[in-house]
Amino acid sequence: MAELTGKYLVGVFDDDDVILHAIPKLRKAGVKIHEVYSPFPIHGLDDALGHPRTRIGIAAFLFGLTGCACALTMMTWMLGFDWPMNIGGKDYISLPNFIPITFEMTVLFTAFGMVTTFFVTNGLSPNPAPVLFDPRSTDNKFVMAIEMGKNKMSEEDITKALRDLGAGEVNIKQF
Amino acid sequence: MHVTSPVRPPLVTGGKTYADVTEDVCRHVEGKPTKEWKIAFIAALVVLIYGTACLFWTWWEGLGVWGLNKTVGWAWDITNFVWWVGIGHAGTLISAILLLFRQKWRTSINRAAEAMTIFAVICAASFILMHMGRPWLAYWALPLPNTFGSLWVNFNSPLVWDVFAISTYFSVSLVFWYIGLIPDLATIRDRAQNKVSRFIYGTFAMGWNGSAKTWSRYEYISLILAGLSTPLVLSVHTIVSMDFATSVIPGWHTTIFPPYFVAGAIFSGFAMVQNLMLITRVVYRLEDYITIEHIESMNKIITLTGSIVGIAYLTEFFIAWYSGVEYESYAFINRATGPYWWAYWAMMTCNVISPQLFWSRSLRRSVTWTFFISVIVNIGMWFERFVIIVTSLHRDYLPSSWAMFSPTFYDIGDYIFSFGLFGTLFLLFSKYLPVVNMAEVKAIIRSSSERLPKNISGVAKGARVANPSFNKDAE
Repeated sequence: MAELTGKYLVGVFDDDDVILHAIPKLRKAGVKIHEVYSPFPIHGLDDALGHPRTRIGIAAFLFGLTGCACALTMMTWMLGFDWPMNIGGKDYISLPNFIPITFEMTVLFTAFGMVTTFFVTNGLSPNPAPVLFDPRSTDNKFVMAIEMGKNKMSEEDITKALRDLGAGEVNIKQF
Repeated sequence: MHVTSPVRPPLVTGGKTYADVTEDVCRHVEGKPTKEWKIAFIAALVVLIYGTACLFWTWWEGLGVWGLNKTVGWAWDITNFVWWVGIGHAGTLISAILLLFRQKWRTSINRAAEAMTIFAVICAASFILMHMGRPWLAYWALPLPNTFGSLWVNFNSPLVWDVFAISTYFSVSLVFWYIGLIPDLATIRDRAQNKVSRFIYGTFAMGWNGSAKTWSRYEYISLILAGLSTPLVLSVHTIVSMDFATSVIPGWHTTIFPPYFVAGAIFSGFAMVQNLMLITRVVYRLEDYITIEHIESMNKIITLTGSIVGIAYLTEFFIAWYSGVEYESYAFINRATGPYWWAYWAMMTCNVISPQLFWSRSLRRSVTWTFFISVIVNIGMWFERFVIIVTSLHRDYLPSSWAMFSPTFYDIGDYIFSFGLFGTLFLLFSKYLPVVNMAEVKAIIRSSSERLPKNISGVAKGARVANPSFNKDAE
């Protein structure tokens, strides 16, 4: 997560629907929104904020391919080349019997690779005191942060717009 | 905007606001342990210590302390293993399969059910370690080059598949559970009144801030994890069943085993979820979140899977006759009428007849009946594994090898160990972690609450602000 610097206006909303409907109106008025924080996922928020679709699925697929390839390579090499053994007259490389472990390894690599990617891209790490715009955003408040440095509109105008669109509080947060 | 069919009963009753959800769930995490919890915890610890002592002796003396003999080489150990692994399956079903099916009622119970999964798999794994006899050599099951040369494990064997399946299942379930916990840990962190809990919960909350981007990735990976866990959970019990089905023992050598085991696993798992949730909801006063609707939905799944299991029993019996294989026919007639007839009929009664009572609406909406039948189902499912394992083994091909199995003090003690372990872990979980997934429940409240409060965030009700000085700093 990039370090936060500068001055932010923090609009605190009481309702997920209100904040969701406020976003397009603010963006239309020319306000650049830094980010929205909420206690639970709000569907449609990404589109409203114009966030691009996450590509973590592509990463997951590649991790899965890696796991699949690793498992097949491992078993083929071990039982097929390194130490071939006659087990019940089966082929040394008997693919049908390798499927269960290949599947398990695919799942394992996908899950761990994807979750690691998730932590890295979101900047999540064991951090007992992260910087929050408002700690109530993990309880029952919906918080919109607007970076003043990136906005041309005046503080008063944005504050007024936030209030008009249903923000219960508008605070200032300086880093 | 959500549109909900009006005939659908609410999933969260009592007109809860978002703040109420936080408060109701966090209350027991933040409060001091209650007297009841302490008593239960001490009881679980005593059971665990007793079991550990038995287990210690089992390992010290060797597996000779069990009642196994040269004919019945697997008995309570594998019965308990399959039983616990099966119980674990309900948690994954609730968190993964019901997520894929967009069943919103899972949100109130998924956290506790997943915890149950993890603890049940730990108990199951402990029996795998036990039955190895020399658990310090358990790593021999992994594909490591050993000291005698590079002789590898046999990847053609279902027992090796099991090593991969169970360890993958455990670790992926743990990750899935932890990812779901992070937002709730952040909630506790931001409400914490003292530094120690703020530090501990904060550390595990991984600096979660609930930004829109994080949530969108969170939802995406939850979906993929659910998509992975669904075939994973089916594969795990399929592979467990193949431990038996790929052998040539009459009664085990059946192609019906994978679906039959998976259905049985979900069946017993839901029964265990019912037992745990019926207690939890009363103790933590979560009746508004885990409602009669939830209990009824789970009972419907119990009836469905119980019926699948029943059909599997009948199919097995029919095929044993229809195949014309006399060993197979004998194995099944012996199950029903041989020396272990009581185990077979206990299984039939508990698993096939008892869940059919839930066709009655009043019974499946009754807390007492649900609890009672859930216990019965779990007893029945234990007997199912016992019947499959012991009755198939005890009549060997040569009548001179025929034997019976009777459990010893240590067979029983090691089984008790797993209850102590499970109880201790579950009690620790239920005290120190939120038993209901707050974030997910909040997300369904708008569409599934009894009535939509005008001011849903609960400001009017005096929502608690964790750190009021925060806003002063900002000014």
